[in-house]
Amino acid sequence: MQGRIHSLESFGTVDGPGVRYVVFVQGCPMRCAYCHNPDTWAMTGGTMMEPSYIIEQYERNKGFYNGGGLTVTGGEPLMQVDFLIDLFTLAKEKGIHTCIDSSGIAFKPGNTEFIAKLDRLMKLTDLVMLDIKHINPDKHKELTSQPNDGILAFCSYLNDRNVDMWIRHVVVPGITDDEKYLFELGYFIGQFQNLKALDVLPYHTMGEAKYEKLGIDYKLKGVPAMDKEKVVEKKQIIVQGIKKRRSEM
Amino acid sequence: MRPEWNDFVGGKWDKEINVRDFIQRNYTPYDGDESFLAEATQNTKDLWNMVLDLQKKEREAGGVLDMDTKVVSTITSHGPGYLDKSKETIVGFQTDKPFKRSLQPYGGIRMAEKACSDNGYEVDPEISEFFSTHRKTHNAGCFDAYNQEMRACRSSHIITGLPDAYGRGRIIGDYRRVALYGIDRLIEDKQAQKDSTGRVMTDEVIRLREEISEQIVALKMMKEMAASYGCDISKPSGNVQEAIQAVYFGYLCSVKEQNGAAMSLGRTSTFLDVYAQRDLANGTFTEEQIQEFVDHFIMKLRCIKFARTPEYNQIFAGDPVWVTESLGGVGVDGRHMVTKMSFRYLHTLTNLGPSPEPNLTVLWSTRLPENWKRYCAKMSIQTSSIQYENDDLMRVTHGDDYGIACCVSSMVIGKEMQFFGARANVAKCMLYALNGGVDEVTKKQVGPKYRPVAGDVLDYDDVWDKFMDMLEWQADVYVNTLNIIHYMHDKYCYERAEMALHDRDVKRYFATGVAGLSIVADSLSAIKYAKVEVIRDEDGIIVDFKTTGDFPKYGNDDDRVDSIAQEVVHRFMTAIRRHHTYRNGVPTTSILTITSNVTYGKATGNTPDGRKKGQPFAPGANPMHGRDTHGAVASLSSVSKLPFNDAQDGISNTFTIIPGALGKEDKVFSGDIELDLNN
Repeated sequence: MQGRIHSLESFGTVDGPGVRYVVFVQGCPMRCAYCHNPDTWAMTGGTMMEPSYIIEQYERNKGFYNGGGLTVTGGEPLMQVDFLIDLFTLAKEKGIHTCIDSSGIAFKPGNTEFIAKLDRLMKLTDLVMLDIKHINPDKHKELTSQPNDGILAFCSYLNDRNVDMWIRHVVVPGITDDEKYLFELGYFIGQFQNLKALDVLPYHTMGEAKYEKLGIDYKLKGVPAMDKEKVVEKKQIIVQGIKKRRSEM
Repeated sequence: MRPEWNDFVGGKWDKEINVRDFIQRNYTPYDGDESFLAEATQNTKDLWNMVLDLQKKEREAGGVLDMDTKVVSTITSHGPGYLDKSKETIVGFQTDKPFKRSLQPYGGIRMAEKACSDNGYEVDPEISEFFSTHRKTHNAGCFDAYNQEMRACRSSHIITGLPDAYGRGRIIGDYRRVALYGIDRLIEDKQAQKDSTGRVMTDEVIRLREEISEQIVALKMMKEMAASYGCDISKPSGNVQEAIQAVYFGYLCSVKEQNGAAMSLGRTSTFLDVYAQRDLANGTFTEEQIQEFVDHFIMKLRCIKFARTPEYNQIFAGDPVWVTESLGGVGVDGRHMVTKMSFRYLHTLTNLGPSPEPNLTVLWSTRLPENWKRYCAKMSIQTSSIQYENDDLMRVTHGDDYGIACCVSSMVIGKEMQFFGARANVAKCMLYALNGGVDEVTKKQVGPKYRPVAGDVLDYDDVWDKFMDMLEWQADVYVNTLNIIHYMHDKYCYERAEMALHDRDVKRYFATGVAGLSIVADSLSAIKYAKVEVIRDEDGIIVDFKTTGDFPKYGNDDDRVDSIAQEVVHRFMTAIRRHHTYRNGVPTTSILTITSNVTYGKATGNTPDGRKKGQPFAPGANPMHGRDTHGAVASLSSVSKLPFNDAQDGISNTFTIIPGALGKEDKVFSGDIELDLNN
């Protein structure tokens, strides 16, 4: 099945281990205030591509992806599960390391048809990078326009299926840097044995220009970029939460 | 075996001059990490501060602190020089004091005079007179033999950067031989070589006998020079300090006599590690002491300086020495060749701070140990001072004891050397093809008067045919100019110190180079896939182009244009190979104008790809700036398609990337590293 693709990047270095071929899918239901890819929001547009085309592109330069692999990000990849199954089936035939960078928003525990597909996909997936925007349900809704219960349930789902998981969290000054919630986030993810890494990112303002270009109102106008040094401290708070949980288990 | 060789595993090397055999039988691959490394000692810090102070003074003085104007530099011309004798564990400067540049007129007296006068010094008139009247230089020899066509090509810069007024460099002596065998054994060997020449005195035999005699003189002078520092290098080195000192003395002799375009060191670290391992095992030295020797050695290499002119510095972007040292790599038996000494060399970037010299070059292989790869990456991030080269590619041709001269020229140490040949401007050649040999800038008839293109729109097949004809002509005049240059360099500016540390029968690479490849590829692509109209001046010479429509551009992994670049390289090399080369040198070519792309651009008119007259070329084999629009991998992929067999002297790609695009900052990002829950 074809995928609706926003763009392809042949030299991704920040979306999973090693150098990666990165597929940006088109379409995302989230409207995160600090999203730096608002051009991937619309469920229409983009370019329809065959999975075989993408794998061909990858194989053409596979020498560069030693120790790296293929990452699908977006947009929200899990909105196109059928495409991902086809893409990753081909990828695994070639022995390619596969990674999904997701917000988890598409995960609906009650949707058995979706879960069945996801079960198939996870057998083909080496790593999920899950971006938890906020641990608190209300704050999450405020920040992203969506609830976070499904997202948090997605963690348990991945843990049950032994899929390696990296948690990503963007620290925005005054919005996601409250130490109470950071500790809570750590305490929550600390329970999962499939947690392999924690990726705490400082908020930057480079996305703002895109909003202007697209004529979309930028909700975080005036919020300064996060101090990189401070992020190291914030990360430690999350780590403390993880440790607390682990010590109780 | 000799007492200096106690504990070493013997083999062919103890019966013949064979450093590789010694290394292979004795070295210890190191798989560990960098935690064993020692910090800089107080003496190291004190000495380095003195160097920093001298560097500051040199900058304040406008780039040169002191120049010798009276004494012609030879191996023994100057007495010993020191920073602080009581603190230096490795000694030796090019002249009698640090930062004093030596006088080297054998390449050309005018260049030597100009290097002095441009920096506010004047060469002793007696020396000027001597080298103008009584002793011919390499430069004078070249101009005696050049024909009119060669002079015209030189002036119009269709061949350019030629080493006819300065030292050609790119020859690496096997400086390790001084440490392993001592000078006396090397003289014996050279004497035997001289006795082994043919009895029929052909030109070649006479030249060889004279050269070996010169080499023996150089070896004797090396001993004398070392003795002036209180060191005896007539015998093999007995420990790692002596070995480093001997290697350095060998190198120092070369730079006392040759102001070459690249004076590289070779591949010394794994060799020296054998001595370090023995000394550590025997308790002769501690790790801290050994690191101090290495730090002092590298410090000395950072102080190598030459007298050069502003024009020279313009071609080479500064006055680089290219003290290239090749580290790591993998042996033909499958063992990697990373040792603790490889780590110690890179560690000087921490102990002394980052520096472009010596040009520490990691011979990269996918099979290098993980700890070494990580350490290299870490040091690259911290210092931006490491060069990488593809060992897996070069090992096939050169085995496991080759080194890099300059930035990419590979040669087996002590067995192969290169005649450096600057480069041919193929972009300009393409314009000559359009204009029937008339130079687009000077409007002079420089090339042969072939039929120029007719009509207003360029036809690909027509242009390609004309370009190929002109390329044959360019290769012809280029190779023959180089034949003169290397003949004269051997005759008047022979590298006796470096060649004394080579085998008798060396393989000589006859290096050529091309500049402007990406311009040619894009221009031909424009002619093929878009519409290129020519604009002629009042004399009917094509001076500009009007290009309508889009065309594939080199640097985007697009075979339509990448194949043009490949074919141009192949055809250029084929044309070069057709010619006789001086001393039957094996022709190679390079695509590596890392620094001179700006000056080449200045001398070249408008090109059909849209580049304007005077604009710089892309460096080396790079795509033109801003035209690679499909990401880094696509860009690198285009470059990697160029045929190495036709460009064996190296293909360089200057790749700049903002640190953030290469991964997140180490403090913020844990990546795939296990969560460290202990701190």
